[in-house]
Amino acid sequence: MIEIENLSKWYGDFQVLTDCSTKVAKGEVVVVCGPSGSGKSTLIKCVNGLEPAQKGSILVDGTEVTARGADLTKLRARIGMVFQHFELYPHMTVRENLCLAQQKVLDRSRDEAVAKAETLLNRVGLTQHIDKHPGALSGGQQQRVAISRALAMDPIAMLFDEPTSALDPEMINEVLDVMVELASDGMTMMVVTHEMGFARKVADRVVFMDAGAIVEDRPTEQFFSAPESDRAKDFLSKILNH
Amino acid sequence: MDYNWNWGVLFTDPYLDWLVMGVQWTFAVALTAWVLALIVGILVGVGRTLPSRPIAFICTAYVELFRNVPLLVQMFLWYFVMPELVPDDMGRWIKRDMPNPEYVTAVIALGLYTASRVAEQVRAGISAVGQGLTNASYANGFSVAQTYRYILLPISFRLIVPPMTSEFLTIFKNSSLALTIGLLELTAQSQQIAEYTFNGFEAYTAATVIYVCIALLATIIMQVAERYTRIPGYMGSR
Ligand SMILES: Nc1ncnc2c1ncn2[C@@H]1O[C@H](COP(=O)(O)OP(=O)(O)O)[C@@H](O)[C@H]1O
Ligand SMILES: [Mg+2]
Repeated sequence: MIEIENLSKWYGDFQVLTDCSTKVAKGEVVVVCGPSGSGKSTLIKCVNGLEPAQKGSILVDGTEVTARGADLTKLRARIGMVFQHFELYPHMTVRENLCLAQQKVLDRSRDEAVAKAETLLNRVGLTQHIDKHPGALSGGQQQRVAISRALAMDPIAMLFDEPTSALDPEMINEVLDVMVELASDGMTMMVVTHEMGFARKVADRVVFMDAGAIVEDRPTEQFFSAPESDRAKDFLSKILNH
Repeated sequence: MDYNWNWGVLFTDPYLDWLVMGVQWTFAVALTAWVLALIVGILVGVGRTLPSRPIAFICTAYVELFRNVPLLVQMFLWYFVMPELVPDDMGRWIKRDMPNPEYVTAVIALGLYTASRVAEQVRAGISAVGQGLTNASYANGFSVAQTYRYILLPISFRLIVPPMTSEFLTIFKNSSLALTIGLLELTAQSQQIAEYTFNGFEAYTAATVIYVCIALLATIIMQVAERYTRIPGYMGSR
């Protein structure tokens, strides 16, 4: 589904990504972790072409993302993305947040779009907030709306960039629960997160990044029980001991 | 000092008519120039934020040029110099046959100058919306045009209502410079009344009061607009 091969990227002289290669197969859940500034966000943004890369290739469902003239708009419509700071459209109600792209990008009818929005909101328990603006919701609620907005497009894969890092602790689980359910429904997911409990529970593989390179890329159990690199060991001991 | 106070003069024939005509020209110039400034300003402001380098460069050049040359100089350039620079036929037409040349010139000069200031506000508004929301829109499947149409412009327009109010007030004040190319707007008419009646104090007081009233009216309208368009729970920056 997602195949990243020898991807390198520079910001000016600064190399953010060095020769990154990994894969997410259909129905697979891959967690990406690593210290802050290691390039996780950059890598995941390259997957749907929000950031261009200078070397290497990314194949998403057969489309070469890094090719010149690639139809990125069309590709992005089929890949959901969830951000750390939710990024809901603040000037629209929750309903419009979920309907706009359905109608303008997928050309769905208003009735179809609204029906879809209502079903999805019902699933995440937010039906009664459908007429509110995002600013009136808690962080956890906003993130669940953001996930629903992405799902409304019937994506073939979902990208998450630290979806719970901006949340108060008591709201983290309500968002993780939605993601766990999504994973068990068979959604293809690439998730940047530090929630190791979530990784243990649903991830098929864990990718560990440091300084722009993929240091480890292994099945979840192996990663946790016997990390190979010192950097991963160090990272795990820090993150699991608090 | 012996000065003959006579407030009544403002309401006598023909001076009242002059004032009314002055107000009409002031409104005509300011409002038409405002429409021109909005159209050009939005295009240029958006252009500065586009990924295309040549477009962004041209738009930046426009802003720097029009914002930094004094408005009075621009007024003179459009009125006296421009007709000499265009092809002969057109120059002759502008000088001889163009209807209301002072009005048209004032609108162009004031409109294009204010456009550079509007463009700056639009650009600032769009950047205040932020890269995060822009990325979310692209990730949602929207094209560049759709992202501007549905996300960036609606949000940034709401954010820039307050600075745009002050630009709108400024365009009324700046419209008084049109008197230098002979347009009989409010300030020019007051000056004329002062010269005819020697009641300069009354004449300029009348102009002052009218400008203040226009400013109050515009402020109230924009405040209502701001309340009406405010986004619940959104501060515009995080
Ligand atoms: N637009 C940018 N310009 C320059 N450097 C950037 C930019 N975005 C990120 N970086 C740098 O790239 C590195 C990786 O950033 P990022 O992918 O956000 O890391 P992570 O998500 O793992 O914390 C950091 O050192 C960051 O400072
Ligand atoms: Mg990050």
